[in-house]
Amino acid sequence: MIINHPLLGPRDAAEFVYLGDASLMERPDPQGPEAADNFHDYAYLRKNPAGEHRELWYHEQGDRSWLVVTRNTLTHEISKVELARDVAVTRRGGQ
Amino acid sequence: MRYSALNILRQGLTGNKGWKPLWRDPTPKPEYDIVIVGAGGHGLATAYYLAKEYGLTNIAVLEKGWLGSGNIGRNTTIIRSNYMLLGNEPFYEMSMKLWEGLEQDFNYNAMVSQRSILNLFHSDPQRDAFVRRANSMLLAGADAELADEAQLRRELPFLDFDNARFPIKGGLYQRRGGTVRHDAVAWGYARGADQRGVDIIQNCEVTGFQIKNGVCAGVDTVRGPIRAKKVAVCVAGSSGRVMSLAGMRLPIESHVLQAFVTEGLKPVLPGVITFGAGHFYVSQSDKGGLVFGGDIDGYNTYAQRGNLPVVEDVAEGGMAIMPMIGRTRLLRSWGGVMDMSMDGSPFIDKTHIDGLYFNGGWCYGGFKATPASGFCYAHLLAKDTPHPVATEYRLDRFRRGHLIDEKGVGAQPNLH
Ligand SMILES: Cc1cc2nc3c(=O)[nH]c(=O)nc-3n(C[C@H](O)[C@H](O)[C@H](O)COP(=O)(O)OP(=O)(O)OC[C@H]3O[C@@H](n4cnc5c(N)ncnc54)[C@H](O)[C@@H]3O)c2cc1C
Repeated sequence: MIINHPLLGPRDAAEFVYLGDASLMERPDPQGPEAADNFHDYAYLRKNPAGEHRELWYHEQGDRSWLVVTRNTLTHEISKVELARDVAVTRRGGQ
Repeated sequence: MRYSALNILRQGLTGNKGWKPLWRDPTPKPEYDIVIVGAGGHGLATAYYLAKEYGLTNIAVLEKGWLGSGNIGRNTTIIRSNYMLLGNEPFYEMSMKLWEGLEQDFNYNAMVSQRSILNLFHSDPQRDAFVRRANSMLLAGADAELADEAQLRRELPFLDFDNARFPIKGGLYQRRGGTVRHDAVAWGYARGADQRGVDIIQNCEVTGFQIKNGVCAGVDTVRGPIRAKKVAVCVAGSSGRVMSLAGMRLPIESHVLQAFVTEGLKPVLPGVITFGAGHFYVSQSDKGGLVFGGDIDGYNTYAQRGNLPVVEDVAEGGMAIMPMIGRTRLLRSWGGVMDMSMDGSPFIDKTHIDGLYFNGGWCYGGFKATPASGFCYAHLLAKDTPHPVATEYRLDRFRRGHLIDEKGVGAQPNLH
């Protein structure tokens, strides 16, 4: 697989370490009323779809950036690659 | 028909015209006591033990493709009971004992071959870890034997003992481990279940569950709805997909594992050998091919094929312990989808939906578990309590903090 790094261009997937489901970026509120349940779901019940999947890849043998890759788990086709930082900033409303 | 030497002789003299197909091809009935989803090794073993041990025969096994088209026909056929943790080892040792009596039990030649499995170690700390595991195995009634370097040099002179990076210092033997003809396991269980009245229905994909008010009363299939008092899902790599039809999310990710086989060679490998400093395991099939594999590819996938980086990694592992492997040519490679759980251990449990049961999370080690998995799942379905050796395989163990993490790598399925 080739991952089209937003800054470095096309890179071999073997340069990356895979973490999984990109919702791992959305940590639950540890002070929330259902924190224990939410952390259980956060840590253990990840998305596992047959089809499009948003997932975290770490460019360990490159620029050490985290990427959010949108990839089809049936065809291995990659449709979108974003810097995880950009995704996080956009989610927080651009700050 | 029973298989026996006498029957072979009789058939041989009469032109082999009397052999019957191993199982019928029945049309689905509108209702069963138990519907098992998935005719892999575990589903078929479950049906067999339900009929044979628990006397329940109004059962259907529904299979989306053909019988044995999943991982039961794709694995590297290694059986062993060399686990360490209490939640696992008694279960796998029960499986080993069932393997030892299996062929007589279901009257079918599954080529169970206890040719031994050897885990190599390459350093002192690793030796200590293996001694600890061996003691844990002995406590569960399994066999374990530590071999030093001198013994291995005598028995397996072709290993690269003086490898500069990972010298071989010894190994942990389980002499009762070995290999089994994987397809024959599916066929033997299917035949045994069919003979006792179980309907095995192929080309019958389950497309939904009939769930009302928290009770599952049957399944929808491509061949119409089928009612059932109990529905037992057993679909290995498809676990995530199938259970999402019941609205459930599982502590499981789907990953691909590849396997490789070389051209046929004269006998060179007496048993199964595994590398201790990387992930590589190899045995020699009865046809002579070296059968080997290594790590999973490491990313979520439902594609039954892998990528090249793992091919390279596996080949490097092979070269590191057994340089002669570089002279052989690869004939085939393939992949299967693994149900990797969050702690590397499986589930045999009821779900929160009444009448819906789940068996899965076998990672890449579910072949060796086939007999015990079927037995324990049958026990759960028949009695609604877990079998004593499978009490830890609960779906809520992460919530309770009772993980069974042999490797100690945490909730990272691609590392188990
Ligand atoms: C390359 C490879 C090497 C392996 N090596 C080993 C090894 O050496 N030792 C070991 O112990 N284990 C090994 N394993 C793991 C082992 O093969 C699996 O854990 C085990 O086979 C899974 O259980 P099963 O046999 O029931 O699965 P399967 O045979 O996959 O059965 C599941 C069945 O469910 C069916 N199904 C799916 N969805 C539906 C649906 N909607 N409706 C109806 N049916 C459905 C599938 O078609 C399939 O036939 C290996 C696996 C692979 C891929």
